[in-house]
Amino acid sequence: MTTQTETHSEVAVEVAGLKVNALQDGTGPNLVVLHHSTGSPGWIPFYDKLAEHHTVTAIDMPGYGQSERPTWARHPRDIAILLHSAIHKMGIDEDANLLGMGFGGWVAAELASMHLHGLDSLILVGAAGVQPEEGEIADVIFYEFEEYVKLGFSSDEAYAEVFGDEAAPELKELWDFSREMTARLTWKPWMFNRQLPHLISEVETPTLLLWGENDRVTPLGVAEVYDASLPNSTLTVIDGAGHLVELENPQAAADAVTSFIASA
Amino acid sequence: MFVGYFTERPYQDFDSGWVGATGREIEDLGMTNGDYNPRIGAELYNRYLDEKVYAEEMGFDGLMLNEHHSTPFCMGGVMNVEAAILARITQRAKIVLLGNVLPIWEDPLWLAEELAEIDMISRGRLVTGWVRGTGRESVAHNSQAPFNWERFQEAHDFVVKAWSTPGPFRWEGEHYQYRYVNPWARPYQDPHPQIWIPGVMSRNTVKWCAEHRYPYVMLATEIEPTKKSFEYYDEVARENGYEASTEHHGYLFKVHVDETEELAEEAGRKYIAGPANPFLEGNQGSVRSNLQNLPGLTSRTQLLPTVSTFAAAARGRQTERDAALAEKDAEVDKVDADAFGTYEEQVNKYSIITGTPQTVIPKIRHVLEELRPGNIFFWDGDGAMNHEDAMRSLRLFGEEVIPAVREMGKELDLKGAFEVNTQTGAPLSGD
Repeated sequence: MTTQTETHSEVAVEVAGLKVNALQDGTGPNLVVLHHSTGSPGWIPFYDKLAEHHTVTAIDMPGYGQSERPTWARHPRDIAILLHSAIHKMGIDEDANLLGMGFGGWVAAELASMHLHGLDSLILVGAAGVQPEEGEIADVIFYEFEEYVKLGFSSDEAYAEVFGDEAAPELKELWDFSREMTARLTWKPWMFNRQLPHLISEVETPTLLLWGENDRVTPLGVAEVYDASLPNSTLTVIDGAGHLVELENPQAAADAVTSFIASA
Repeated sequence: MFVGYFTERPYQDFDSGWVGATGREIEDLGMTNGDYNPRIGAELYNRYLDEKVYAEEMGFDGLMLNEHHSTPFCMGGVMNVEAAILARITQRAKIVLLGNVLPIWEDPLWLAEELAEIDMISRGRLVTGWVRGTGRESVAHNSQAPFNWERFQEAHDFVVKAWSTPGPFRWEGEHYQYRYVNPWARPYQDPHPQIWIPGVMSRNTVKWCAEHRYPYVMLATEIEPTKKSFEYYDEVARENGYEASTEHHGYLFKVHVDETEELAEEAGRKYIAGPANPFLEGNQGSVRSNLQNLPGLTSRTQLLPTVSTFAAAARGRQTERDAALAEKDAEVDKVDADAFGTYEEQVNKYSIITGTPQTVIPKIRHVLEELRPGNIFFWDGDGAMNHEDAMRSLRLFGEEVIPAVREMGKELDLKGAFEVNTQTGAPLSGD
């Protein structure tokens, strides 16, 4: 099913009896995008910039946004397996590049571990999924959810530039709704998988690790573990940005992604 | 009528700065146990057990315990230990656990064994009760909040089966799995202890409770909403083919009795002083709302309205934001009003009943007439009340209040769950 909206199309397929929904725009090589634990806020400026060079498909992961909830799912790997089928059914698995942000980065890494030769490139933006050697991945349980999103920016001012002093009720509802699904998928341990460093050690797909310099959610130590585990990775740090690189500095983030895909 | 005694067993350190207007903050899940003094803990545990023994002596039918975690307002993190001791050192009173926090148990078979032991040691005096717990409990024992309600129900079904079905059997559930269920301990009571469910306003829980014909004990809620919850219980009961009655309704409320009105007021004010339950209005503490409102603790299964364009959300932002801010201000006003609700206001609306027997008894009568519960608990000895406060009150309960309340129970025909079988409606011999 494809329907046209203002700037982008809506694509939906059925996987394991559930609707999986995505937004799509642009031309060029396929770039599949997976959102954060807080859900997809819709078609963001970052996607517009990526769509200048790629066919961007931003999927609502199963259980988030407009994609139906797999009530049985208990781990990000379950979501990765569903997305493996969804991407195939959407016909975007040829020469595909996969980009995951935050929690979506963890799902992307799980997906890459089972899709070894099918991806042209993998881009993990402030991805969760592995345990840093020092410090920890921020725990949403200890924050009021707007405070948690604020933590995703390098500063409260940077947050206010994107969302205003206080986010729209619609967005807050999205965050509240999404964090329930996230809590169904990760709890003990919170936001990482002890098996993942071993599983991705065979993933030879060229991988860009794109991190904000001031990431207060998934500290740079997480990127370092990914870098040490993946055989073919590059770490790029965006000066001054926080966890939500794509919202805080969409141009720099899109440029880094586009040039990486071109060179991969 | 079943008359029980309850105190939340607060951790009281009068040198801590947490009692009185010292300015030291009391924030739920925001206090370090580096400040916990086990010497004080030792005295308090023993004091609270002694008071329970005296409560039995004074004629209470039940000694109620409760369980909370990682918080100074309740020392009953492992109330089953207290219950086991009471099982041995008391003779007659029921030991009423309201309740174990079922979803946080990783191994409910262990709970089934513990409770069966308590029931045997007490020779059949255990009343078991189960709760879902607040966010605090899920955080403290790291129990996955979105599955709280599912785990509650499954653990309940499992424990009841472990008690009432000869083993061994296998249990392959959604949240609990056992290859060999055959506990070498069975409850003294046949088929198992009575199950009472304490709660506040959760419709889910009231409904479930009525479907199981378990007594529902409202915990210190105000009179009108309590009445509404009982009405809802009765409605669900009718849908399930039976008429609920007084034995299905329980109510916990704050009553302190004292020798003079002056002493009563002085002690009554202590209900809300010190690290008392921060959910009670007027107390000195504060709660962290995000830890109470954990993701998924309240389920949302429906899809969200479409958020397909970031721009649209951003455009709506300013006006919606103003509306949201106004709404938030209104909420804050309300919260502040509650948080600083005066002692006098609480006395006026029967949230705190305190006085000499002469003044207390008519107020208790008012509550009983309004709510018609067959099972009641007096909540006393809490907040900053000391042992002497508690003991004076217990003595007067025994000498004057309980006898009067029993007469009211007869006159108002308020039968408790040990007089009428809540499952069948048949009279019980009242052992």
